[in-house]
Amino acid sequence: MATALGIWLGRHAQTFVGSLGRLAQQPAATAMTMAVVAIALALPLFLNVLLQNTRAATEQWNQAFDLSVYLVRSVDPERAQAIAKQLRTRSDVAQVRLVTPDEALATFRAASGFGKALDALGDNPLPTTLIVTPTLAASTADGTQGLEAHIAALRDVDLVQLDTEWVQRLEAMLEVLKRVVWLTAALLGMGVVIIVGNTIRLDILNRKAEIEVMKLVGATDGFARRPFLYSGLWYGLGGGLGALAVVGLAVALLAGPVERLAGLYGSRFELRGLGWATGLPVLLAALALSWLGSWIAASRHIRAVRPS
Amino acid sequence: MIRFIDVYKRYPNAREALSGVTFEIATGELAFLTGHSGAGKSSILKLIALIERPTRGQVIVDGRSTAAIRSGGIPQFRRKIGVVFQDHKLLNDRPIADNVALPLIIAGVSRREVDKRVRAALDQVGLLAKERCRPLELSTGEQQRVGIARAVVAKPPLLIADEPTGNLDPELALEIMQLFRRFNEVGVTVLIATHDVHLIDHFPARRIVLEAGRVIAGGTAAGTPPLEADPHGMAPLYPTAASVPPTAVPTAVPPTASVVRTA
Repeated sequence: MATALGIWLGRHAQTFVGSLGRLAQQPAATAMTMAVVAIALALPLFLNVLLQNTRAATEQWNQAFDLSVYLVRSVDPERAQAIAKQLRTRSDVAQVRLVTPDEALATFRAASGFGKALDALGDNPLPTTLIVTPTLAASTADGTQGLEAHIAALRDVDLVQLDTEWVQRLEAMLEVLKRVVWLTAALLGMGVVIIVGNTIRLDILNRKAEIEVMKLVGATDGFARRPFLYSGLWYGLGGGLGALAVVGLAVALLAGPVERLAGLYGSRFELRGLGWATGLPVLLAALALSWLGSWIAASRHIRAVRPS
Repeated sequence: MIRFIDVYKRYPNAREALSGVTFEIATGELAFLTGHSGAGKSSILKLIALIERPTRGQVIVDGRSTAAIRSGGIPQFRRKIGVVFQDHKLLNDRPIADNVALPLIIAGVSRREVDKRVRAALDQVGLLAKERCRPLELSTGEQQRVGIARAVVAKPPLLIADEPTGNLDPELALEIMQLFRRFNEVGVTVLIATHDVHLIDHFPARRIVLEAGRVIAGGTAAGTPPLEADPHGMAPLYPTAASVPPTAVPTAVPPTASVVRTA
């Protein structure tokens, strides 16, 4: 004995599969609609992948808010130690490392490969340097600027270099890019709603006679609308999977070259693709947008169909 | 079952289709709506099925004034009326069994019950053997029988038909009419709009005669013109008709018709 719920679920399942069957009868038109949805979703998705990867690549640099404090050449080691000690007492300083001219030269010699040329200099041109790391709490643009001003005012300090400007610029650029991603996503999402809505509208016009007959034998608007909503869901599913496939393919094609590029910069950075955490929301968004488009179109146009 | 009280219908930018139409049809009655095309037959059927609403006046179907039925209630209302169309209005992309099943599926009947009742309905119209055929594989007469099966499958208390024999040759038309009579015999109220007065001469039933949007005869059961009083004065065409005496008219009207007379 089937319950009312069972009957209802059975009808839905039937309509669900039936709408797929109907779409399969026009494979070219269906594939076209799904492809348009896929492309519209793939563009913001791809931009987002680029953004996420840029973020990941520059993350370690963002932490580098160290101040390089160059002391005057004439400073003696005791005075340098005193300044370092004084800075360590500050609450916004996490760590101070003193680099003597000899150490600096040794590091430079090892890193640059200019060993012979440096020998020719005779005199060590490098100053004593203090590498000041602010505490995490003080690692903001304002915090480090206050610290910078304080150190610059100290006696025997020649130059304080706070190399956060480019980091800030990068941050700002990423912020712009993020907005672009959202804007693109919003516009193309609207595009998906309109594309699916328009496809459903044409579908309804093509099947006007059928809807009329259904209404004449007692179908509610909801009943007549149901197959079109399911068509919308199918477009969304196809389009969403298509978008994930396109972006997945793009990432796969770029992964090799990006790794080589990162290798040339001495980085072990790897291009991150799409995981479930991105894929699932994208799929759900595709379904929701397509459903919305079909719902708007079906509600409007099915109500307008009146048997005569 | 059906009661029209001083009903007017005017379509936008058109002449008045119905002017002060008053008539009633009792539960269980079989009645014909006749008149020339344009006399208002289709308008009356459209008002009954709530495809149109009256400009003025009251239409009461199954005890309910249609004016009280909001658009949201129309689907439920229509499920109680079987409608047969001149052009069948079948869906040509699916087998006739699926066409007949449509009202049941809409009403949320279980699959097993649907199958059973569809087969019963197709059997009644003699098309069970062709249940998997699509409408266009059938003759016009067969298509009309599919339309009738679809109209009766949900067992509605009221069956209305708009020129159901309009495209059929006389023999097939007679067959269709007999089909309607069989449904009437099991208690379904039947109202058939037709301009084919020769055909309905074979059927001892009331005729509501329309002319230019007015009822000129047969508005109440008591006022039913006897067959001799047919305004067109045509002789019956078919031999079977001759065997039906005019006095058979009252017997075709079930006892409930007395309600009509008192009104």
